[in-house]
Amino acid sequence: MTPPPSVADRPRFDCRDAYVATLSELAHEDHRIVGVVNDSVGSSKLTGFRSSFPDRLINVGIAEQDMVGVAAGLANGGRIPFVSAASCFLTARALEQIKADVAYSNHNVKLCGMSPGLAYGELGPTHHSIEDIAWLRAIDNLTVIVPADPVETSAALRWAAQVEGPVFVRVSRMSVPQVNADDYTFTPGRAVTLRDGGDVTLIANGTVLWRALVAAEQLEAEGISARVLSMPTVKPLDVDAVVAAARETAGIVTVEESTIAGGLGGAVAETVVQHHPARVTILGIPGFAPTGSAAFLLDRYGMSPEGIADAARSLARHG
Amino acid sequence: MTDLAVHEHVGLPVFERLGPHASRAEQVAHLAEAARQIRIQDLKLVHHARAGHIGGDFSAIDILTTLYGAVLDISPDRVADPERDRFILSKGHVAGALYTTLAAFGFLPVAELATFLQPLSALNGHPNRTKVAGVEANTGPLGHGLPVAVGHALSAKLDGSPRRTYVLVGDGELQEGSNWEAMMAASQHRLDRLTVIVDRNRLQQGAAVKETNDLDPLHDKATAFGFAVAEVDGHDHGTLLDVLAQVPAQPGRPTFVIAHTHKGHPISFMSDNVAWHHKVPDEAEYHQALAELEDKP
Repeated sequence: MTPPPSVADRPRFDCRDAYVATLSELAHEDHRIVGVVNDSVGSSKLTGFRSSFPDRLINVGIAEQDMVGVAAGLANGGRIPFVSAASCFLTARALEQIKADVAYSNHNVKLCGMSPGLAYGELGPTHHSIEDIAWLRAIDNLTVIVPADPVETSAALRWAAQVEGPVFVRVSRMSVPQVNADDYTFTPGRAVTLRDGGDVTLIANGTVLWRALVAAEQLEAEGISARVLSMPTVKPLDVDAVVAAARETAGIVTVEESTIAGGLGGAVAETVVQHHPARVTILGIPGFAPTGSAAFLLDRYGMSPEGIADAARSLARHG
Repeated sequence: MTDLAVHEHVGLPVFERLGPHASRAEQVAHLAEAARQIRIQDLKLVHHARAGHIGGDFSAIDILTTLYGAVLDISPDRVADPERDRFILSKGHVAGALYTTLAAFGFLPVAELATFLQPLSALNGHPNRTKVAGVEANTGPLGHGLPVAVGHALSAKLDGSPRRTYVLVGDGELQEGSNWEAMMAASQHRLDRLTVIVDRNRLQQGAAVKETNDLDPLHDKATAFGFAVAEVDGHDHGTLLDVLAQVPAQPGRPTFVIAHTHKGHPISFMSDNVAWHHKVPDEAEYHQALAELEDKP
C-alpha cells in the first residue's frame, strides 16, 4: 500500500492573501469595520482594500503608538478597527497602548500582527517578532491567536470580527500548506486534534504546524504514534487537551515560531506542571537569530520535520 | 470605623446644568460655585485617603467643571449614547478631580466618593471606563489620551456626526512623543471637532517643565502642527466657556487650547509649588486650605 500523500507536498499559501480577502468580505458585510495601518499598506497587502474602501483604511503614518491609540478611539466611537502592521513594530513599539488603551480599557480592537516570527529572515532580529506571543500572553483581557494556514487565518478573523473585545491574530507571511479542512470552524480556546496518537504528543501552531504533521508522518513510518494538537489559541489555552496529552502520552513536544521563553511552550509547561507533571520539550527560537531565511532558521533551531521527529522520538523512548 | 466616620468627609451638592436661557454671568457664577465645591470635596478625599495628586487636581478642576457643567453634550442618562461628546482625561493621575466632578454633575453617586482609593473601590488612582460611568479611556501612563481622542474624532468624521472630542493633557505630559504623532494625524485628517486642552501649570512631578524639557514656544509648535491655537486663563470659567464651546475654532483645523493654570490653585501655600504634585496635607494644612476655599464663595 502506498503511503498517503504528505502534508509537505500540498500547495503553499501566503496567509496574508486570506487575510486581505477576509477583511474585504467583512468590510462589505459590516460598515463598522475599518483598517488602521502605520504606512504598512503594501506589506499588509491592503492596496486593494484601500481602493474598495478609501475612507476606511486609516493610515496614521509611521507612528505605532498613535496607531493603536487611534484604534482604541475608533472603537470608542463604535467602529471595529483591524490594526494591520508588522508584528515586531505593532507589539514592541505599542505594547503599552495594547495594554492600557485596548486590553485594560476593553476597547473592541483587533490587532493583526503581520509577518511575525522569523518571516523577515535576513532582515534580522530588529524585524523578527519572536517575542510577541510571550509579551501579549501576559496581558489580561486579550485573546491571542496564531493561525496555521489560510483557512484558519480566515476563520479566526471572522470570529474576531463578531466577538466584542480585544483580539490579537498573527498573520504569517511564510508560505504554508493548508492543514485544516475546507469547512473548518475556529473555536477560541480549543485545540484541534489533527492526528490522533498515543505514544507522544506534538503541540504546534502557526507556520510550524505543518512541519509537526510531517514529523508525525515520519514517526508513524517507524511505528511511533504521535498525537498532533493544533493550538491556534495560545490564550486562553485549552488546558483540558494539554492535560489529556500529558496523561495519555509519554511526553509533549511544543513547536512554535517564537521565543522559547513564555510562548506556546511556556503556556503548555505551566499547565503541565500544575495539573499533571510530564516531560515537555520546547522547540522554538532561543535568542537573536543569525542571518538566514526563515526556513533556514527554523531548520537550524530543530524545527525541520526531522528535528521535530528527533525530539519526539527521544521523549517516546524515555516514556 | 463606623459608616458615619467613613462618610463624614463626603458631602457635595449635585449641580444641575443651567438651561439655554441662563445669562453668561449666571452661567459663570454657577460654574465658579461648582468648582469651589468640587475643590472642597477633592481636598477632603485626598486628606482622608492620605493620597492623591492635589496639585494637578486643583490646576485642572476649573477646566473639568466648565466641560461637564456647560460644554459637553453629555448627561448622566446618556453615558452610553453613541452620539455623546467624548471627554478623555489623558492626565489620568488627577482621577480624584474627575471623580469629584462626575459626582458634582450627577454621573456618580456622591456617596461612592467615600470609597476613593479604598480596597476594591471602583475609584482607583487612575480612572477605569469599565468601572466608572462617564470615563472614556483607562489612562494613567502619559501620552495615551491624545491618540485615543484622535481615533474617536476620526470615527465621528467617518460617521458624519457632529459629536465633539475633548482631551485634557498635562504640559509635562507633552514630553511624550506619542502626542506629537497624534497631532500630526489630527491635522492630516483635518479633525476640526477635536479640541486638545493643555493644563499649562508649568510644573511636572519633580521640577519646572522649562527646567526639564522646555515646551516653549508651545503656541508656535501647535500652530506648526496645523492646530488653531488659543491661550486662556485656565481658571477663568467665562473665558474657558467661550473658547471650549466654539468648535471648530477654525474650519479644517483641530483646536489647541493652552489653559494657563497654577498647580494647587487657589490655595496660598500650594499654588505654583512643585512640592504639591502629590503631597498630602497635614491637619494644619488641611484646615487652612479648607478655610481658604470656604472663604471664597
